Amino acid sequence: MAQLLVIQFLITTKDNRIDMISLNNINKTYFTGSNSLHVLKGVDLNIEKGELVSIMGSSGSGKSTLLNIIGMLDNYDSGEFHLNGEFIQKMSEKKAAYYRNKFIGFVFQSFNLISFKNAMENVALPLYYQKVSRKKRNIKAMEYLEKMGLAEWAEHLPSELSGGQKQRLAIARALISEPKVILADEPTGALDSATSMEVMDLFHEINDMGITILIVTHERDIAAKTDRIVKLKDGIVDSIISNGERKKWLADQVMA
Amino acid sequence: MSIIDIDKWQEIFYALKKNKLRTFFTAFGVFWGIFMLIIMLGSGRGLSNGVSQGMGDMATNAMFMWTQQTTVPYKGFPRGRRYNFNNDDTQALIDNIPEIEYIAPRLQVFSAGENGNNVVRGERTAAFTIQGDYPDFNLIDPVNIHQGRFINDIDIKQKRKNVVIGTRVFEEMFEPDEDPIGEYIRIQGVYFRVVGVFSSKKNDQQAERENSQIFMPFTTMQQTYNFGNIVGWYSITAKEGYKVSQVLEKAIDIMRERHSISPADERAVGSFNLEEEFRKMTTLFTGIDGLIWIVGIGTLLAGVIGVSNIMLIVVKERTKEIGIQRALGAAPFSIKSQIVIESVFLTTIAGYVGLALGVGVLELINNILIQTNASTDMFNNPEVDFNKAISALVILVIAGAVAGLIPAQRAVQIKPIDALRDE
Repeated sequence: MAQLLVIQFLITTKDNRIDMISLNNINKTYFTGSNSLHVLKGVDLNIEKGELVSIMGSSGSGKSTLLNIIGMLDNYDSGEFHLNGEFIQKMSEKKAAYYRNKFIGFVFQSFNLISFKNAMENVALPLYYQKVSRKKRNIKAMEYLEKMGLAEWAEHLPSELSGGQKQRLAIARALISEPKVILADEPTGALDSATSMEVMDLFHEINDMGITILIVTHERDIAAKTDRIVKLKDGIVDSIISNGERKKWLADQVMA
Repeated sequence: MSIIDIDKWQEIFYALKKNKLRTFFTAFGVFWGIFMLIIMLGSGRGLSNGVSQGMGDMATNAMFMWTQQTTVPYKGFPRGRRYNFNNDDTQALIDNIPEIEYIAPRLQVFSAGENGNNVVRGERTAAFTIQGDYPDFNLIDPVNIHQGRFINDIDIKQKRKNVVIGTRVFEEMFEPDEDPIGEYIRIQGVYFRVVGVFSSKKNDQQAERENSQIFMPFTTMQQTYNFGNIVGWYSITAKEGYKVSQVLEKAIDIMRERHSISPADERAVGSFNLEEEFRKMTTLFTGIDGLIWIVGIGTLLAGVIGVSNIMLIVVKERTKEIGIQRALGAAPFSIKSQIVIESVFLTTIAGYVGLALGVGVLELINNILIQTNASTDMFNNPEVDFNKAISALVILVIAGAVAGLIPAQRAVQIKPIDALRDE
C-alpha cells in the first residue's frame, strides 16, 4: 500500500512538472578513424518550460555536443531525450529539419548569418523553410527587426553590421519561427562585455515571454545571469547550481 | 518547390557571381561541347545534302545496263565482238523479270557535224544532247516540268515528232517572253514540235548538263535517225521488296543468252547498281553521323563532368551556409534541389548559348556558300534540324541534373553540425 502511494506521488509530480527538455542517461561517442572519443557518458538533465539555463564546462567537457544533440543537429547513441514531451530518437533528416524549424531557435558565437542575404532576408529565412510567402515573411521579419531596434538596417548585408547588431539579428532570426527553445552556443563569445550584457538583457526579455533558453558559455558573469547553471565535467553533469545558491557560488569562485 | 523562387535564384546568382572566372570556364566547357556537336552535325548534314542533291530525285533502287565488247570467245564468235540491245530484248526483260517496276530503254544522239551545232530555230543554232525516252524514264530520274508535259504513251505509239526541251535549250532557242509550246525547232534536219519545258532537280554541272537536253519519244528517235530496233541502254527500277542486284543478275543472264555471250564473260554487259552505291553512301553517312554523336557527346560529357566538379567545390565552399540553412530547418530535399537547379541552370544556359551560336555559325556558312555560289556536290546547305537541337537541349538538362546529383548528395551527407563548425 505504501509502495502504491509512492508511485502515485511520482506520477502526480511528473504531471505537474512540464519538462521542456528531458535527458536521461545520454551517451555519445565520436569515431575518428581508429580513435573513439566517449564525449557524453550518461548525461541526466531536466530543463523546465520557461527556464533560462546555462551550461558551463571546460573545453572537452561535452557541452557543445550536448547542445547539438538537444538541437537535433546530431544523434545520440543511447539514452532517452524528450523535447516538449516528444521522444526524440534517430530520425530522418527531413523530420529533424522539421523539428528544428518548429521547436528550436539557434544562436551561434559566430552569428552564422548568410552573407549574401540582407538583414531582413536573414531573419525571414526560417519562415522560408516553412513555405511562408515572401511578402508575409518579410513583413514578419520587419516586426522582429523593429523589436531588436534594427529596422533601419533591414536592407543592409551582415558584413555592414557591428558584432552586437549581428548577434541581435541572429536572435531575431531564432525568434521568428516562434520556437519553444532557444539554444545559444557561446552567444557572447565574440562580443565585448558591454554588448554581451545587452545581449543577456535581451535573452532575459525573451525568457520573460516564456521561451526556454539554454546558453552554453564559459564566461562566469554570463552564466551568473541565468536561473540555473549546469556544470559539465568529463561527459557527465558535475553539479547544478540553482538560483538560490548562485550568489554563494559566485562568492566562492571569487574567493578561490 | 517552385522554380520561380526569388530566394533560390538569389542564391544561385550569388554562387555563380562569386567566382565569375571559374563560372565562365565551367560554362565554357559545356558551351564548347554543344557548339562542336551542332557544328559537326550541321557539317555532316551539309555533306549528305550535297551528295544527295547531286542525285536529284533519282530513284535509289535503279540500275543501268549497256553493251560493251565481249571478252570471251563463245559459240564460234571471237572475243572483242560488239553487239546491240534491241526492242525484242526489252520485251524479253519485261516478260521474264516480273520484279521490274519501271523499264526505260534509252537512246542518245550527240551533237554531230562540222561545228557541232545540231539544233536550229530561225537564225539561232546550238549544240544539245538529244535523248530518246519512254514516259517511264521520268519516274526513274524525274525532272521538273515547267510548261506543257513530258513524253506520253501516244507519242511513243504514234512516233510523234514532239520534244520536251530543257531550260537552257529554251534560253538559247527562244526569246524570254516567248511561249515555246507548239513552236517548231529543227534537230539534225528534222522539224519537231515543242510540247514541254523542263528543268533538272539536281545541282551544279549535272543540272547544267540536264538542262541542255532535249527529250523526244524513243520510237520517234529510232525511226527518224535510223536506229532500226536498236536500244542504247536501259534504266530499270526494281519493285518494292526486291533487291536491284537480283534483277540486275537476271537481266544480264537474259542478255548473255540472247546475244550469244559466254556465261563467264563478266564485261560484255556493262551495268551500274545505284541501289548498291546508295546503300554504301547511306552507310557512310550513318557512320559519319554516329562518329559525330560519339565525339560530340564525349566533348559534352567532358564539359558536364567539369560542371559536376565545380559544383563539388561550390558545395565544399558553401558547407557552412548549408549547415546554417539546415540548422534553420531546411529539409535535405530543399538543399539538394538547390544544388541540382544550380547545375541545370549553368549547363542549360551555357548549352543554349552554344546551341544558338552553333546554329548561327552554320547559317553564316550557308549564306557565304549561297552568296559565293560555292555549294558543291560535296557540301551544300549545312543545317541542324529542330528535333536534333531540341534533343541536344534535353540531353543538356538531363546532363546538368546528373552533374548536380553527386554534389547535391555530398551536400546533404555533411552533418549539419560539421557544416557549422567548418571555417
